[in-house]
Amino acid sequence: MNNREETLIPQIGVITDVRIDTPDIKTFRVVTLDGKKAFDHRPGQCAMLSVPGVGEAMFSITSSPTNEEYMEFSIKKCGCVTDWLHQAEVGQQITIRGPYGKPFPVDDVFAGKNLLFIAGGVGLAPLRSVINYCRHYRDRYGDIDIVYGSRSKDDLLDYQEIIDEWSNDAGVKVHLTIDNPQDGWDGHVGFVPSYVKELGFDTNKTAVLCGPPIMIKFTLEGLCEIGFDKTQIYTTLELRMKCGVGKCGRCNVGAKYVCKDGPVFRCDELDELPDEY
Amino acid sequence: MQKITQNQLIDKAVSLLENGSVSAVLGWHKGEFGYDVTPAVFKTKEDLKENFVYSDFCGVNFSKYLVSKTDRFDGKILVFLKPCDTYSFNQLLTEHRFDREKVYAVGIPCEGMADISKIKNITGEGISEIKEDGQNLLVTTIYEDKPVSVPVNDVLLERCVNCKSKKHVAYDELLGEEGDVIDSQRFDEVAKIEAMTPDERFEFWQNELSRCIRCNACRDACPACTCEKCVFDNPSSGVENKAPANSFEEKMFHIIRAYHVAGRCTDCGECSRVCPQNIPLHLLNRKFIKDMNEFYGEYQAGEDVGSRAPLVDYTQDDLEPGEVFDRRDTDA
Amino acid sequence: MLKCSLDKINLIFAEISKTAKLYLPVDDIDKSAVYKKWEVGMNWSDALNTVRSPKDFFFPQMENLMEFKTEGKNIEVIDTRSETEDFVIFGVRACDVKSFEILDRVFLAEPVDSYYASRREKGIIVSTACSKPAETCFCKTFGISPEEPLGDVSTWKTENEIFFKANTKKGEALLEKIKAFTEDCDKSAVNEQKEKICRVTSKLPLKDLTTDAFGGGKTENFFDNPAWDELSQACLGCGTCTFVCPTCQCYDIKDFNTGNGVIRFRCWDSCMYSDFTKMAHGNNRLTQKERFRQRFMHKLVYYPENNEGVFSCVGCGRCLAKCPISMNIVKVMKKIGGSDK
Repeated sequence: MNNREETLIPQIGVITDVRIDTPDIKTFRVVTLDGKKAFDHRPGQCAMLSVPGVGEAMFSITSSPTNEEYMEFSIKKCGCVTDWLHQAEVGQQITIRGPYGKPFPVDDVFAGKNLLFIAGGVGLAPLRSVINYCRHYRDRYGDIDIVYGSRSKDDLLDYQEIIDEWSNDAGVKVHLTIDNPQDGWDGHVGFVPSYVKELGFDTNKTAVLCGPPIMIKFTLEGLCEIGFDKTQIYTTLELRMKCGVGKCGRCNVGAKYVCKDGPVFRCDELDELPDEY
Repeated sequence: MQKITQNQLIDKAVSLLENGSVSAVLGWHKGEFGYDVTPAVFKTKEDLKENFVYSDFCGVNFSKYLVSKTDRFDGKILVFLKPCDTYSFNQLLTEHRFDREKVYAVGIPCEGMADISKIKNITGEGISEIKEDGQNLLVTTIYEDKPVSVPVNDVLLERCVNCKSKKHVAYDELLGEEGDVIDSQRFDEVAKIEAMTPDERFEFWQNELSRCIRCNACRDACPACTCEKCVFDNPSSGVENKAPANSFEEKMFHIIRAYHVAGRCTDCGECSRVCPQNIPLHLLNRKFIKDMNEFYGEYQAGEDVGSRAPLVDYTQDDLEPGEVFDRRDTDA
Repeated sequence: MLKCSLDKINLIFAEISKTAKLYLPVDDIDKSAVYKKWEVGMNWSDALNTVRSPKDFFFPQMENLMEFKTEGKNIEVIDTRSETEDFVIFGVRACDVKSFEILDRVFLAEPVDSYYASRREKGIIVSTACSKPAETCFCKTFGISPEEPLGDVSTWKTENEIFFKANTKKGEALLEKIKAFTEDCDKSAVNEQKEKICRVTSKLPLKDLTTDAFGGGKTENFFDNPAWDELSQACLGCGTCTFVCPTCQCYDIKDFNTGNGVIRFRCWDSCMYSDFTKMAHGNNRLTQKERFRQRFMHKLVYYPENNEGVFSCVGCGRCLAKCPISMNIVKVMKKIGGSDK
């Protein structure tokens, strides 16, 4: 028997709640066998979840670290592991290990700043952790703007939480948009990048982007057009991962490993890396 | 037979490039040590003059490259084909794997290509230069002052020792003289394995296949393995694997592969040539060819374009499966 | 410094085998060399090096990491790790000894890979100086001295004798065990052998190859070099180079359903494979050019950037000898490093 610590050996997680968010995204609540949170994490960090026999994959932790009871993962159905998880019921055990990666600099860089969160589709999942962290420590941050868009109203993640909680917070403004007009929707219609330009934010903000690559590309361009500097903009990357700790060798962009040097990068840091993500 | 020279090939390539018949040339790029040539696409006269090489080490079968390279260029691509390569060429055409109109094939005679590992068995490591000297290779090493003269015929690649044909079965133009199909002894080695007891045979393959590192070089070099997506690369196939998970599995990989190319394998020998572990993989394929010849009559894959191979064709004279089973006791 | 007659080498092997598993290069059925566990009757191969590198001893091609039992909705994780027993790898060349340091920097960095670490601690490395390097050798390019191999014990072989020098405590303990078969000697014969080796290495065709152009922080210098197209155009996308390479350490983790549970295993992976970076929603390295570039950028730029300038190549020459299309790191270094022509 080998008593050394080994990060690859996971602990058991129990799914205690499954929330259907959108037609293809569910949010899973996970605790350990003794009903506790599996480990502490920082906003933006990830965990490796696995279903033995199906596979293991990296997911961003959606819940805020300030939630001390459980972790949540908003997961879009798009591959082997996620398909399986979408079939899972409450009480199902999975495995969990982590936390992995560098978090958003919420306690230093973000402190005292006005924050602008921009997300598309399931890209809200990693940002929800930061948004709820910043809402929890509301007095540490300036104004918070959240721009969130999806294909349709039904595809908006965390809709109830956004409407019931986020929108009611003092100093938090939520700007929702959907790609195409829809019955029962009287909000904005249009893609996220153009909506951001339309809204025309002050540049005295730190921006955090997450969404499909094409959305990130155009939103980044848009932000720069309205005067943002890339040093003010953060995003989070996703590449194929196996180990989560910079050893298996596949998630690198240039000399940086997304699993351990990321997934959070400042956009000017990304410019230093080769265009291979 | 007059040996074709490197300059003849360069002249041919340059003239076809310059008169616009072809826009690119698939050829061999010189290496570091005289024997380590690399397939390359040449597009200019200067590149050809400087880097194109044709020597006793140009064993690579270019046919498979046509699948990926013909789409890349507007005009035709010139390819030099040795007799054995032309069989793969035809077989790929039969399988509609590339556009014949995009290729200008120049047949070149071949007296057999050398196997560097056989040369090193004679000269040792440390080769600094290899020169051709008629039917011999003059090999200089850093350890000896004088070069060692090695007859090419003593160090041929296995597939050349058992050459099946000096005749080109496809070309647009032929350089040099045409040869003949050879009554080769290539099935002798298979017969030797057939003559073993089942236990001996199992041990033979166990010894050989257990050395497999599952690098997939055999599959990736094989002109019959041109699936867009190999079953062994498909995570949903249930057999995807990158490493031999146990001693059973690597056997399965090679045996499944042999089954998959059966009837389509032209016996070009690339699998064994590229194997880093020198596993005689061609013997698995050759066993199938031998069986098919015996069961359904002589058939050479790639001999022509479009003919139906015995395994995908039905005739009323076909052997009944039971007969194959009965022969088990007498044959092998 | 100790020495013994080569006639007695098998007695030494027998002695070592009494207390530890001993592995050494022996001749394989195809005349190449392979590391095998020594048994009476086996002879140390004269070949320069093995086709497979000795990285297998610490980072095997396939190893089980853990098991799972599942029942209904429940899962049990079974830690199947066991403590490694002492073992000795004999006859490791200087290049391969250096490769262990390169693997260490990955596997022993936090969080330490316990599978690798336990083998590394139990393994004793006995190196051997190279008296007859091949034309494919270029270890000196990476600052490695084939005449002065490192490891727990260094050995030098002359025509009739073998000389031993311990470099570590583990090495001293090993030499203590075989003391009865050896005798003390001075360094003169070994020094003579070293000089002889240096005379040979000065004649190697790749002796002038340098790493000057490469190193950390130089991604921009090479990433968009148009030569990658040409260099990678014939690449078959097989994994030969990565699998024979002593420093390639990328791995995959997979689950195998045994019907009676699930084994999670790790196996070597290759950046040359098309599915290496493939995700459910895309692939950031779509063509062979990008995969090919990754392998060499990793060895020549990315790895040194993260590891104080140490390159992830030891010049062993295995990829030069084994690539089916004879494309390799030397050709890449010459072409994109600008020393070609």
